[in-house]
Amino acid sequence: MKFTHIALASSVLAFAATAGSACEISARVNIVGNEFPAIHSVADAAKECTGGEVKANLTADHQKINVAGMTGNPAEYTSAIIANSSIVALMNEDVIRPLDDLVAKHGDGLQKTQLITIDGKIMAVAFMANAQHLVYRADVLEEIGVEPPKSYEDLLAAAKMIREKGIMENPVGGAYKAGWNLAQEFNNMYLGHGGSFFEPGSAKVSINNEQGVAALEMMKSLSEYMNPDFLTHDSNATNTEFRAGNVALMNMWGSRAATLADADGVVQEVKDHMAISGPLTVAGGSDAASTLWWDGWTVAKNIPDAEAEATFIALTHGIRPEMLNEETAPQAVWLIDGYEPTDAAQGVFEAVQMSTSPYPMLPYMGLLHTALGAELSDFMQGKESAAQALADTEAAYTAAAKEKGFLN
Amino acid sequence: MKHRTFFWFFLPTGLAMLLFIALPIVSVLFQSVHTPHDAVLVTVENCGPFGCKEETTIDQEATRALRDAEPLGKFVGLQIYFDRGHLAVSEVAEAWRSTDSISGFLSEINDLPFYRAMAFTLTYTFTVTPLLIVLGLMIALAVNSLNRHLKGLVIFFSLLPMIVTPLIGSLILFWMIDSRGVLGSALQYLADDPTLSLKASTGLTWIMLIVYGVWNSAPFAFVVFYAGLQTLPQDQLESAQIDGATRWQRIRYVVIPHLMPLVTFVALIQLMDNFRVFEPIIGFNAEAHATSFSWIIFNDMGGETRLLSSAATTSVLTILGVAVLLTPVLIRTWQDFKGKT
Repeated sequence: MKFTHIALASSVLAFAATAGSACEISARVNIVGNEFPAIHSVADAAKECTGGEVKANLTADHQKINVAGMTGNPAEYTSAIIANSSIVALMNEDVIRPLDDLVAKHGDGLQKTQLITIDGKIMAVAFMANAQHLVYRADVLEEIGVEPPKSYEDLLAAAKMIREKGIMENPVGGAYKAGWNLAQEFNNMYLGHGGSFFEPGSAKVSINNEQGVAALEMMKSLSEYMNPDFLTHDSNATNTEFRAGNVALMNMWGSRAATLADADGVVQEVKDHMAISGPLTVAGGSDAASTLWWDGWTVAKNIPDAEAEATFIALTHGIRPEMLNEETAPQAVWLIDGYEPTDAAQGVFEAVQMSTSPYPMLPYMGLLHTALGAELSDFMQGKESAAQALADTEAAYTAAAKEKGFLN
Repeated sequence: MKHRTFFWFFLPTGLAMLLFIALPIVSVLFQSVHTPHDAVLVTVENCGPFGCKEETTIDQEATRALRDAEPLGKFVGLQIYFDRGHLAVSEVAEAWRSTDSISGFLSEINDLPFYRAMAFTLTYTFTVTPLLIVLGLMIALAVNSLNRHLKGLVIFFSLLPMIVTPLIGSLILFWMIDSRGVLGSALQYLADDPTLSLKASTGLTWIMLIVYGVWNSAPFAFVVFYAGLQTLPQDQLESAQIDGATRWQRIRYVVIPHLMPLVTFVALIQLMDNFRVFEPIIGFNAEAHATSFSWIIFNDMGGETRLLSSAATTSVLTILGVAVLLTPVLIRTWQDFKGKT
């Protein structure tokens, strides 16, 4: 089964390489990026190029190495695959180059919406959209006679019924691992409550308010229906819980939805009854408690022009319409011409339709994200009040922003 | 050894130490009193798949001019040392003023990242170090009294925990103690509490990390003590036996004094090692419950927006901490050395 799959995939690739647009490059290409199926597909397609070596380092630790790997001259990596959050770190350090001339020369196949322009200069090319949304077990909801929840309040009510009926002890899943994941869940919930992170036009944080407290209280209520180890569960561990049949409702990334049920050892009921729908709202609001993301690629600044051109050609080849096939199409919500949404894309599409807020591209948002990740876990463990946790976060952020020169 | 011979013998090592230890420390010190320049922010229009939006970004031209003018960054003196991420002087003073009991004060202090890391680091260091010395000594005495045919096998198995890299060892245990793992389920069964989770409680996480630390480092103490036991003065032991000393008295008055220099050595190495506890925290995903100075440095350097000055400051404070911690042991070693000459 596995083998025929691989054989089929490689024959498709071989066919694409011979029949599709040929890709000739004349210099080295070295890509660094996150590690999930859609990005693997892009990197694999880029590797079809001949004439120069194409290497890719795809790892969950990409954010820890991409800035350092692009700072040298010449840079180790000629391209970083990033999202709207992580492009900021590269912009702050000024290690990526504007792509206007390369787009003019080689960018015929790209659509206008794929071009990320910052201050009028094209700085990245997006190839997929992503958002967190509801993933649930249709059979479990049917058993308790409840429609798929539209809001976090509905979700809590459903979770209560599932526990009371003795179907599952901890029916809610969530990537609440202390650090980046926990902070991201807060961001979603806070935006869902209509909050804003900073005072308008300034780096001064303002999250210690009614919306912030309400967001944390909701997260606390959800955690009561989660595996008690939730502070150690990232999205991989949460998926594992879902695959094992221990979870019925969870907020999960669209980029993981398509492959969620295909790992080894997934319980049959999960395979048969997994379903997805749009992101949830909270507290009667109409804004989704989620953030919209795009993933795209950049080209390093500190490399010879020949390498920049080779990188641009290889990655444009990596996201050309012909790379979409039966295997790659469900992996993401592609922003590529000719992409037909599959069932797995429904959640992200609904997120776009609900005009979910994009994750803010601010130079100091990363500092706030880090501070949230470190300071919220005390509240989640019941060691301090929500207002205290938010005050701690503000203090931690302010110290960091002063050090980085964003605040005086 | 003649001084001249010693000089030439030591020169390469000395140069390497200067280059790879002293210079980096100087560089870290330097970084800890500098911060990046003030960022020059401009509002620009960003466009992407979800439309256009006015957003703030860094003005690279203006920032570059600032950087070129002062390549080292902005000199801030001890500002980073005193900020909330480190010694938090004003927050500590405020906590002292606003609380009326010592426990209230301590819980306020425990909210500050540096002091929280210090609480765990010191607890870890001062429980793991004595425990691993006692355990190592017990294993060494037990193995030493075994039949010689068994010794090789037992020594091999006793050393296993040290052979496993700390990060891998802790990751393996992390999965075993999961509430659905082998050890986690066994504990739930033994405690008759299906909701028991080692990872969800701060107290249990600390105990788990300490037990792991002892398990991981005891083999080192064992090997050192076992080697020491091979040089025991047999005549003293025999005369003690003739005088009617029990097994415990022989250990207490002959074996332990004989091994004392080795105990100092193990304590020295392990105090240093335990003070920079890091891998178990990562392996056990324990940062919600326990952090250490090394973890703070890792977190500052690994984040999306790297806080290098902050990491440098924590490094300097860690070096100072190690120096304070080792002083009593070093004084003792020096006295032993002087006593011998």
